[in-house]
Amino acid sequence: MSGLPPGMILVLGALALPLVRGRLRQLLVVALPVASYAHMLALPADLSVGAELFGYALEPVRVDRLSLVWGHVFHIVAILTAIYALRVKGATEHVAGLTYAGSAIAAAFAGDLITLFVFWELTAVTSVFLIWARPGARSRRAGLRYLVIQVASGVLLLAGSVLTYLERGSLAFDHLGLSGPGSVLIFLAFGIKAAFPLLHNWLQDAYPEATVAGTVFLSAFTTKLAIYALARAFPGTAILIPIGALMTLFPIVYAVIENDLRRVLAYSLNNQLGFMVVGIGIGTELSLNGTAAHAFAHIIYKALLFMAMGAVLHRTGTIKASALGGLYKSMPLTAACCIVGSLSISGFPLFSGFVSKSMILSAGAEAHMLVLSLALLVASAGVVDHSGIKIPFFAFFAHDSGRRVEEAPWNMLLAMGAAAAICIGLGVYPQPLYDLLPYPVSYVPYTTAHVVTSLELLLFAALAFAFLYRSGRYPAEIESVNLDFDWTYRRLAPRAVAAARRRLAALHAAAARRLDAARRRLLRSLERTYGPSGLLGEPWPTGTTALWAAVLLAAYLILSYL
Amino acid sequence: MSEHLPILQVVVPLLAGPLCLLLRHRLLVRGLATAVPLACLTIAGLLLHRVQQVGAISYHIGGWAPPLGIEYRIDLANAYVMVIVSAIAAVVMPFLPGHMGSAMVRRREHLFYAIFLLALAGLLGISATGDMFNAFVFLEIASLASYSLVALGRHRRALVAAYSYLIIGTIGGTFFLLGIGLMYQMTGTLNMVDLAHRLPEPMSPGTPGSRTVLVAFAFLAVGLSIKLAVFPLHQWLPRAYAHAPSAVSAFLAATSTKVSYYLLVRVVFSLFGAAYVFDALKLDRLLLPLSIVAMFAGSTAAIFQTDLKRLLAYSSVAQIGYMTLGVSLASVTGLTGGLVHLFNHALMKGGLFLAAACYGMRLRSSRIADLAGAGRLMPWTTAAFVTGGLALIGVPGTAGFVSKWYLVLAALEQGRWLVAVLVVASSLLAVAYVWRVVEVAYFADRDAGAHPIKEVPPLLLVPTWILIGATVYFGLRTELTAGVAEAAAGVLWESLR
Repeated sequence: MSGLPPGMILVLGALALPLVRGRLRQLLVVALPVASYAHMLALPADLSVGAELFGYALEPVRVDRLSLVWGHVFHIVAILTAIYALRVKGATEHVAGLTYAGSAIAAAFAGDLITLFVFWELTAVTSVFLIWARPGARSRRAGLRYLVIQVASGVLLLAGSVLTYLERGSLAFDHLGLSGPGSVLIFLAFGIKAAFPLLHNWLQDAYPEATVAGTVFLSAFTTKLAIYALARAFPGTAILIPIGALMTLFPIVYAVIENDLRRVLAYSLNNQLGFMVVGIGIGTELSLNGTAAHAFAHIIYKALLFMAMGAVLHRTGTIKASALGGLYKSMPLTAACCIVGSLSISGFPLFSGFVSKSMILSAGAEAHMLVLSLALLVASAGVVDHSGIKIPFFAFFAHDSGRRVEEAPWNMLLAMGAAAAICIGLGVYPQPLYDLLPYPVSYVPYTTAHVVTSLELLLFAALAFAFLYRSGRYPAEIESVNLDFDWTYRRLAPRAVAAARRRLAALHAAAARRLDAARRRLLRSLERTYGPSGLLGEPWPTGTTALWAAVLLAAYLILSYL
Repeated sequence: MSEHLPILQVVVPLLAGPLCLLLRHRLLVRGLATAVPLACLTIAGLLLHRVQQVGAISYHIGGWAPPLGIEYRIDLANAYVMVIVSAIAAVVMPFLPGHMGSAMVRRREHLFYAIFLLALAGLLGISATGDMFNAFVFLEIASLASYSLVALGRHRRALVAAYSYLIIGTIGGTFFLLGIGLMYQMTGTLNMVDLAHRLPEPMSPGTPGSRTVLVAFAFLAVGLSIKLAVFPLHQWLPRAYAHAPSAVSAFLAATSTKVSYYLLVRVVFSLFGAAYVFDALKLDRLLLPLSIVAMFAGSTAAIFQTDLKRLLAYSSVAQIGYMTLGVSLASVTGLTGGLVHLFNHALMKGGLFLAAACYGMRLRSSRIADLAGAGRLMPWTTAAFVTGGLALIGVPGTAGFVSKWYLVLAALEQGRWLVAVLVVASSLLAVAYVWRVVEVAYFADRDAGAHPIKEVPPLLLVPTWILIGATVYFGLRTELTAGVAEAAAGVLWESLR
């Protein structure tokens, strides 16, 4: 059994799901990730399984402390999400979700670049069905865009692997560093999946278009797999620090003005990834531990937040901030779980985000990177505003939208409750998490300085929100209250941003029109040549072929005389 | 018995063809036509096994020793090709019109099987023989049989397609024969081994015969390029494959061009030798750009087709480009890539054409637009098509990936970055044309007024899935394909000297 990569039980077992129905399927949906987790736990530490393919030495399974962190949390979140998705009808989502989770797990245990590539692509191909499972042309198109970008990342990874092999004669997936064109391509491949700035759009584009449970699955695996890959291959690569810092900052603006709450979470996901990328870039033991710990904590609380928003969407049918509000009366338990998630993501003491994020902040401070530390502080404050407060506030409180719905179904509550319990548990007693980390931990999160710093940050950020919300709401435009929230929120953003956005939007539209016209022209001319009635698409007369045969014969002869 | 395997390989189908004419009875003919390819496959398998054990086998027909007598010479390269050809023939058999219930052919079913078996005999003969003139004879047998098979298509346009195939194919055959004639003039022999030994003398520059040998090679290369459908000599192919009965398209696409490819590499590497062909004749300067243009033009043309079989045919033009690219890279790795792709493309294009045959049977049309809703109504066929399409793209875990891997590797070995990039980039075009089919099959709804369709019977699904399953199997287990192809490439590279 130890030759079987962890996660393969999920991939193969999920294929059996369409064959069974009803209770048996529900049982299997939960039993598979549990069995897979048990299989992983039974593996000996420091296991390495070798194999050979086309004469290349591969290592399909490599178990070490770094891969185990991801193995644990991927399994935990797979179990939680399976419970959350339990009552989904139809097999597509279950099969896609579980094979997706399984291939992500297997990728985390890949010891060579080819195995990594295979599972890397498998995560792309399986996960797109989570988007397509939501009916409608919108999600179909979003899924297609997502798939193209994910596959492109895989192609880059493969090209980089080939080049790396030619440079070094080894396919081992270990520390690569940015040296030579091969590793640059691999870096870009990881960067696409990790949603580096300018490579990030697929994330906000696709995640909110997936099904209720699909978004939870998606939020957990793809990007964190990329973080793992970066931590494995590029620790201490300096360029990651500015990239990560930028990642923490720029999504804040978007998250603040966005109305679709799942899209807000997608932006904040991007921002959280930035912290992890910074941790990898610093490259000290403390910062890498911080990245691993933050990935662990983040996967759980981000899944929790997406679950809560998913439950809202499931019950109300909308996820627009302007159309929600006051739901705490009808969905109190969901609201409570959501608040736990929000406190975690904000890094509130006694919640999981605090014990992990502060490691990265401390690592930055220890490395005496002033600008970086300030940037991360600003970003942390931003998190509080857009995820910590905005999400629960607009969904469950704010202006009462008058919606009265049922509380979320029991299986969703169970999954959210368990996730919330993990968030609080890790925040109160982080030692089990610290024991898992790749390097020995001597870090103490609960010092006076840490706690006071973060409390100050949190309180001022909350104050800023309250102040702006209050002051912005004063103008008496009460008739259209739902729009009002949106409007006040946008007023807070500097007017210059709005103007620039308008101008940019106009420019963008013009450019898009022109590009579109050019694309149509190109397609038309291609079709003229290659279409069924074009020069190359329509069979030529026999004489033409005979002529070409003569031309080729002459060309051969002339070439050999040259 | 076992020492006669090389001749049995060819004689069994060659005699079975006329036997069909004598038997006439439908069940007897069907039984015979089903049994013969299986027997051929067994023989080819035994030969491959033997060649792997003991090396090349030389069989003297009638006990006349070469170079005067005709020799059948089996080595790894042609044993490998014969396995492919007979395996494909065995798999497409259930699709032949007798079973498909096509009314036109039903009354003269035995004729159809006779022609089919003759085509098989011709293709196996080209592969088995060690004599150039014999190869020409079998090339003509195979070609004439193929023209008549194409002419049996459902539309009357099949007749025109077959006619133009006949003309162009005959030009190709004539060129080939001219090349053989010129070689015979210079060396006085037709035996391949003997030719390989005698050619160097008139080949060396400065000798009076050097220009004749050069012209001989040019005729051979162009003649085979026509049979192989190298861009821009490919135009017979889309027409023939689009109008032939689907099962015939599957058989020809998977075997006929492959055998021509084998003959081309045999001539290039075994007879003339890589040193002469690439250094003195600079074959690569012409073939490499043509291959790359074929990869792009074929795939682009496939994107814009409205007919499923045409789409697959144009994709074949592109795939042949990958195979000739392997030759023109002039290295063992490149040749390995070409040979692996020969095998893999036979599997995937065979499987895809069989899937198209399944669609054709139920939808009574091969227009892509008519596939609407087929994803739900014919799930197994569509799944087979998608898997085959993924292999065509070269997704890892499928056979297509293995061949492209070798091609990219061969290009990088020589530092030809651009070629490697172009191989990968052209694969992206395959995504586009495969996707066009997937989109219609899965996302479009079938017209309410259209006639109801259901999945095809297992008799047709099983052969389709054998080929499609094989593309996945050989994508994961590469010892048989890549291993044998690598050894065969080595054998070919060594030349017969």
